[in-house]
Amino acid sequence: MDSTLETVDTAEQTATRIALESGFDEDQVTQIAMAVREAAVNAVLHGNAYDPDKKVRFDFERTGGELVITIRDQGKGLDPAKIPDPLSPENLLKTSGRGIFLIRSFMDKVEIHPSQTGTEIKLIKHVHGEAAGGKEASQ
Amino acid sequence: MTMKASTRQIDGVAIVDCSGRITLGEGSVVLRDTVRDLLSKGQKKILLNLADVNYIDSSGIGELVSAFTTVRNQGGELKLLNLTKKVHDLLQITKLYTVFDVKDEESAAVKAFG
Repeated sequence: MDSTLETVDTAEQTATRIALESGFDEDQVTQIAMAVREAAVNAVLHGNAYDPDKKVRFDFERTGGELVITIRDQGKGLDPAKIPDPLSPENLLKTSGRGIFLIRSFMDKVEIHPSQTGTEIKLIKHVHGEAAGGKEASQ
Repeated sequence: MTMKASTRQIDGVAIVDCSGRITLGEGSVVLRDTVRDLLSKGQKKILLNLADVNYIDSSGIGELVSAFTTVRNQGGELKLLNLTKKVHDLLQITKLYTVFDVKDEESAAVKAFG
């Protein structure tokens, strides 16, 4: 998908729909949708820097007891070790830098795989309700 | 739904009634422009009524922080009023709930300005 704010909104809406279909409760759906939105913003804004030649790929996969959402950009690669702690006193009043923290807060497991050709972030939430398996992708 | 903001005055306090989503893009810009406009008019007591803000993302949180520090740096005060549960919870987990002066009753909030 294109590196635009419309892509961010579409990703959030898709995440909301799939989380609902997966049997998550209202609060969990909100959390999943927000985590996807934050990851999409990182991909579009910080990864691809709105470059029209660079795309973001989203994969939603329901397997067994998990919803797995993978977001890949084509940016320079995000180094998780260099992300400052937004809760430390010196960062508390900063106007940015909370996206990854919120993603980690809302998902059960988060994997960040940076490379020279972009960043892949995998968001995992355990499904407690009834859920059907399935895959969706948008590129 | 994008963010909307309308301002009214009570006892020298500008109450900004916000509604919709404060997110990256238009929502954050509306908030930023509203606060800047008030400051440019010399209005330094600002109460953001967030009762109808049903969604805020990390960019929106950043915009609230920016508004808070900008007003404070100009010798003013910015307080928050009527947080929804979602916004309340977000400010809790980001440890900003104690940074902002958060009120849940308008007349008491207005009186709390120095």
